[in-house]
Amino acid sequence: MKLNRIIKTIFLLEFVKALAIAIKEIFKSKKTINYPFEKGRISPRFRGEHALRRYPNGEERCIACKLCEAVCPAQAITIESKPTADGSRKTIRYDIDMLKCIYCGLCEESCPVDAIVQGPNFEFGTETREELYYNKEKLLENGDKWEQTLAENIKADLPYR
Amino acid sequence: MPKITVNEKKIEFEEGLTVLQVCELAGAEIPRFCYHEKLSIAGNCRMCLVEIEKSPKPIASCAMPATDGMVVKTNTPFVEKARKGMMEFLLANHPLDCPVCDQGGECDLQDQSLYYGFDHSRFTENKRQVKEKYMGPLIKTEMTRCIHCTRCIRFATEVAGIPELGAIGRGEDMEITTYLEKSMDSELSANVIDLCPVGALTSKPYAFEARPWDLKKTESIDVMDAVGSNIRIDTYGWEVKRVLPKINEDINDEWISDKTRYACDGLLKQRLDTPYIRENGKLIQTSWTKALKKIVKKLNNTKPEEIAGIVGDLVDMESMFIFKEFFNKILTSSNLECRTKKTYLNPKNRMNYIFNSSINGIEQCDLMLLVGTNPRSEATILNARIRKTYVENDIEIFSIGNPGDLTYPYKIIGSNTQVLKEIIDEKHEISDKFKQSKKPIVIIGESALKNDYGEYVFESIKNYLIKNNHITNEWNALNILTQNASRVGAVDLGLYKLNKKDNFPILNKLDTNEFKILYLLGADELRFNKKNEFIIYQGSHGDLGAQIADVILPSPTYTEKDGHFINLEGRIQKAFKASYPPGDAKEDWDIINQLSKALGKTLNINSRKELEERLINSSSIHSKIGEIVKSKVDTNETQEFSFVNSKIEIDFVDYYFSNHIARSSMTMNECRSIKNKLLSTGTKG
Repeated sequence: MKLNRIIKTIFLLEFVKALAIAIKEIFKSKKTINYPFEKGRISPRFRGEHALRRYPNGEERCIACKLCEAVCPAQAITIESKPTADGSRKTIRYDIDMLKCIYCGLCEESCPVDAIVQGPNFEFGTETREELYYNKEKLLENGDKWEQTLAENIKADLPYR
Repeated sequence: MPKITVNEKKIEFEEGLTVLQVCELAGAEIPRFCYHEKLSIAGNCRMCLVEIEKSPKPIASCAMPATDGMVVKTNTPFVEKARKGMMEFLLANHPLDCPVCDQGGECDLQDQSLYYGFDHSRFTENKRQVKEKYMGPLIKTEMTRCIHCTRCIRFATEVAGIPELGAIGRGEDMEITTYLEKSMDSELSANVIDLCPVGALTSKPYAFEARPWDLKKTESIDVMDAVGSNIRIDTYGWEVKRVLPKINEDINDEWISDKTRYACDGLLKQRLDTPYIRENGKLIQTSWTKALKKIVKKLNNTKPEEIAGIVGDLVDMESMFIFKEFFNKILTSSNLECRTKKTYLNPKNRMNYIFNSSINGIEQCDLMLLVGTNPRSEATILNARIRKTYVENDIEIFSIGNPGDLTYPYKIIGSNTQVLKEIIDEKHEISDKFKQSKKPIVIIGESALKNDYGEYVFESIKNYLIKNNHITNEWNALNILTQNASRVGAVDLGLYKLNKKDNFPILNKLDTNEFKILYLLGADELRFNKKNEFIIYQGSHGDLGAQIADVILPSPTYTEKDGHFINLEGRIQKAFKASYPPGDAKEDWDIINQLSKALGKTLNINSRKELEERLINSSSIHSKIGEIVKSKVDTNETQEFSFVNSKIEIDFVDYYFSNHIARSSMTMNECRSIKNKLLSTGTKG
């Protein structure tokens, strides 16, 4: 043991090894990406910005069952419901306080109709706090914008649910 | 006493109980859907299966009488398998729409399927689909969810006494229906919503409003009638979302009337949220200081005898107490009145204005005489108790005056004071029955105490009952059916004025416009021609009182403050604050306190707690919450009276419109228009 250590110290073996790695890496491709122009791959289960989805015929999926509101550990969701003209159960208010939200994904998990989902978008920073109090309009707009990806993600994750 | 073994635990039980009831006594919980304590036994859900020794098959415990020496097991794998099988059958045709169902979170089927349900269905055929039924503006139906427990049918037939629900078809095709798609006629109809173990019958006005876990629950007292039903108020924020019954065997069993349950949407409408003063004939918004200033100016320029105070129907004891103190000590006036109609009052003894037999006591009676009363619309819950007594004991019921359909048979023996005289002179056939009867009940309604004949009706009945020994400390047959939640409390506190010749001097003086200032404490039922009176209205709703007022002081309703109420039996109960009043409204005691300060005087009451303590200490009657304090019967106290020949006409009580909260309620409006349509066309639907 002792002899080993003496040789290492005298010949600076650790330094030589490190230098060799550094030289090797010069000839390899780059690990870092040029964010925001380049982005890394994210899992279909990624829990980013929320969205409210619609059925293909345009009808809102959300049925105001309030399970997400009940399950939310940060109590970031507020829902109010009323019967619509045709008597079906729909929300008249669906608010998420994105500042309270801890992005745990329980709302998505509890939703019986896959209405509230957390999409792949993580770039929704704003300049004021007020802009992060999402209402139903904003969430539905998100849903419309991301629908294709959201549907693909849900499909990809289906075997594991 | 016979003995039974439940899960190796031996217990004694009274004869006549079923196995299910005995298991409950032994502490073994048994799941059930169709069995209900207050209804007859049907035995059709079969969820309550248990294993009984020497029986090869599982037994439905709700319909099985317990016998001596039985050995019952409720927690064996055999029982569990049987129950799981039953649950699978129930779920085969039940839609799994819990997320859109209003029962979700308080559903018996949901709860029990957690223990006995499978995680997947083996039923691959098409599920049954049943069309929705129309049951009126209160009940929302989703009959696909129905599991045919028939609780609703049994309730309508047995308790409500109007057999308007029934089942057609059998097996899978069975459907619960009102037969002709008509609205339910009973004033107790909405109780089927609570009874329904699934979401087949849910509340229409409350549809999709909230989830049970969102609501704050406050146990309180109802003020829609004088019964004082125990209720639970569910609030979301400051909004009262719904009112549910709370079990109290002495008063309302498990039921409440539709008005109690659904007038709550009137708490959000037509509210007074800021003080108003009338200028040039128009009411304009103002501040508290300005409103109080105007009142002070008027009060200082008026003699005490020209000021009168009228107390309304829904006022709590605390407000009345401080109102009286204010009148007596600060205004030095005694012109206080709690009656808004000219009904006879004899406050010398407490038994003269309460329901002495007590609501629970009705069940012991063997003969009943209704005098000028329609208990169905005046006190619905009390009527249900009379019906229960009729069904169980088959008592004879007679009525003076025609109250219409009371949900049980009765005999009209006349409709004038002449009949009463005949009974009292023992010339009538009923006189003998009264003599033989051990526990008779005479219920005198407010309609029988009206005007000039009220004195005769009351005093003669009282004398007759005393003569026949029916008013004793053990049994008091004399019962007054008051209609207003505040009345008994107001009389207890002395908010009335009588003199020897005149039983209602204040109302008579009002008719001749002798007062200059009228202070209405929540009084909306007063009917008189306003001339030059300056009217102060202190109340919660923009109703009839506020329309004629010169100054309006906004105050909270019964759900928005703590307060005591005495029901018609003389039972004091406390109502609790469930929500808070809108806008600038202040609690009644606070308003009166501030007014006294503005007048430069003080009542020495600095907080609500102090007021409550003073109220409770003011009389021994008020000390025991929830109990009837029995005072000794004084049979020597009699009053002279003379015979007045008159017709006893029962006043029509507009059930859905009887107070300012109900009048502001959309649901009550709807119910009323449906009822009126029914009355005018004669057809149901």
